[in-house]
Amino acid sequence: MIRRWSILVSTACAIALGASNGVRAAEDLEVIHWWTSGGEAKALGLVKDKLQTQGVTWKDVPVAGGSGVQAMTVLRARIAAGNPPGAGQLLGFDIVDWSDQGMLADISSVAEKGGWGQALPKPLQAFAMQDGKWIAAPIDVHSTNWLWINKKLLDRVGGKEPATFDELIALFDKFKAAGITPLAHGGQPWQDGTVFENVLLSTGGPDFYRKAIIEQDPAALGSDTMKTVFERMSKLRTYFDPNFSGRDWNLATAMVIKGDAAAQVMGDWAKGEFVNAGMKPGQDFVCIRFPGTQGSVTFNSDMFAAFEAGKAQGDAAMQLAADVMDPDLQAKFNLIKGAVPARLDVPDTNFDACGKKGMKDLKEATEKGTLMGSLAHGYGAPAGIKQAFFDVVTQELNGQLTADAAPKALVDAVAGAK
Amino acid sequence: MSSKDVGMQPAGARAAPMGLPASPSRDDLVKQAPPGPGSGGVGWLQANMAKLVLSPSLAVTLVFVYGFIVWTVVLSFSTSRLLPIYKWAGLEQYARLWATPNWYVAIKNLGIYGGLYIAISLFLGLFIAILLDQRIRGEGGLRPIFLYPMAISFIVTGTAWKWFLNPGLGLDRVMHSWGWTSFTFDWLINPDMAIYTVVIAGVWQTSGFIMAMFLAGLRGIDNEVIKAAQIDGAPTLQIYWRIIIPQLRPVFLSALIILLHMAIKSYDLVIALTGGGPGNATELPSTFMYSYTFTRNAMGVGAASAVMMLMTIAAVIVPYLYSELRERRT
Repeated sequence: MIRRWSILVSTACAIALGASNGVRAAEDLEVIHWWTSGGEAKALGLVKDKLQTQGVTWKDVPVAGGSGVQAMTVLRARIAAGNPPGAGQLLGFDIVDWSDQGMLADISSVAEKGGWGQALPKPLQAFAMQDGKWIAAPIDVHSTNWLWINKKLLDRVGGKEPATFDELIALFDKFKAAGITPLAHGGQPWQDGTVFENVLLSTGGPDFYRKAIIEQDPAALGSDTMKTVFERMSKLRTYFDPNFSGRDWNLATAMVIKGDAAAQVMGDWAKGEFVNAGMKPGQDFVCIRFPGTQGSVTFNSDMFAAFEAGKAQGDAAMQLAADVMDPDLQAKFNLIKGAVPARLDVPDTNFDACGKKGMKDLKEATEKGTLMGSLAHGYGAPAGIKQAFFDVVTQELNGQLTADAAPKALVDAVAGAK
Repeated sequence: MSSKDVGMQPAGARAAPMGLPASPSRDDLVKQAPPGPGSGGVGWLQANMAKLVLSPSLAVTLVFVYGFIVWTVVLSFSTSRLLPIYKWAGLEQYARLWATPNWYVAIKNLGIYGGLYIAISLFLGLFIAILLDQRIRGEGGLRPIFLYPMAISFIVTGTAWKWFLNPGLGLDRVMHSWGWTSFTFDWLINPDMAIYTVVIAGVWQTSGFIMAMFLAGLRGIDNEVIKAAQIDGAPTLQIYWRIIIPQLRPVFLSALIILLHMAIKSYDLVIALTGGGPGNATELPSTFMYSYTFTRNAMGVGAASAVMMLMTIAAVIVPYLYSELRERRT
């Protein structure tokens, strides 16, 4: 008798608990993502914890591999097999592609309740909203037009922060004369592409960037300005150390941290490496916009989407979308991740100098209409076209193509990928 | 991954056993099994044991090798980009494939890599096998040393050679620190020479295995013939050139088939060693196939390139199989 009573009591308790938590008592949400390294994983933990308190159990599907190439392969396989996860991390034109295939669930109800339309910059909405429906929730905004300089080395050669491309070259010449490798670079297509988009924006300005990268206008791609861009790429290559081929980005950052090299062109995730090495922004290292790109921001934003086919986990995925857009969570998340909040209405109180500058620049660029998607990180052009750009850029940078021939090759490659 | 595997499985699965020394056939094993009590059920089981044991692996092979080959062929005629779509596109994907400059780079690299890899592996394998066949002392210790690289995966080989050939870490630096400062060996980061570093690493990995095949072949040659030649006063070089090497013809053929399919399916070695770079200097059809299928959202083009690779292997394997089977029948 006692045992039966205890079962009854515990069942009643369970029902009561379930009721108090709404209907989400034992919901599971499978989330596919590629944030497996230290800071990223810790930042993601905040989202997990918040969901947990709301009664959603986070089932982790981590697929290691930068920029999510492997994760996308796994996702493809699972969707093809009819077993998609409930939600996942997506980037740029992948969101558009998945949405075109009808794979992403409509999260408009959450978005309207949260006032996303006012809080998010328009260029981000162009990805998060398809055909008038919200389908993705951005948690952060990274910008890719940063130059990171080792302050000690900068002071040693008596240099100042360069504001134009010519000043950058003058500074690099000073480093070279002092026997310091001026530019740390990793010869991987996406890193070559990151430098390329910076040089392009610096050379041609935001209007040229929009024409060449976002609209892929053949006239712009084959123009003399583009030839100048490639010539400048070849010029920058003379400031690399000889062993740059195939180097990972964080090893290039480590060269700047250790003082083996003076500067690196990289997105703001590089800040995490500096900070983890005990360096302070402004004091031990300098973060400036890539010379000539001041006033513009090329962005890369991490977004979460719910999968249509994972409907059984629907309510939990909606909760995830709401949490991701929570201002408080975005502030805490980005303090760890090193990016800036996707919402423009988050106060910058706790951020460091680089973070504050990033948030200010984001606001300004949004108002001026110079916030544009990064090519190298999938927000400038669809995957096939992005890779076509990479093909030409890496070939030119590695001396397989001349700067004269590169614009024509670019026109052909982009046309071939369309 | 499926379509990558499709291109290479049949050759890998089928070519390997052909060249190896014969193991006791399944019929022999069944015959050797001790006779059980003669009841009907057990008798049936005994009679059909081989078929029963083989049927799961046959089914698995049918689905996962031949089934996926068919799937890949279907995809190559579809408009698939991000996900498989079954909408007829005719030969459009093949037209796109043959209009892609990267594909020509990949084919040219396969020509250089495949040609040198096969030629050097065959030559080195035979040469070492002949040296080992001189009844030298310590052969039992030397053989595994040569064979050992084969036990390492291509990823490990690629990574090790990447470090070894990197001018800032490996050979170059050691030479410089020993005082030979004018020494340069920068093939790994030189777009014109990078493909040859893949050849070096590939040969290092495989030639020991080819050596083992030739050694087995050499041990199988009738000593009487060689002794007769020696009595007739034929010089050693002549004996090898005229008598022994011609008798190794079947081993040559098996080694060639194995090396050929390994060359065409080479993927992990390139990824670990150069990542296809610098630029696209070491792109191979296999890396091309993976990147177009999975990272460039051009699944149809990727499938078409996989079919082209399969056709290349089939062009070699099918005549070989045909001649093998015909010989066995007569």
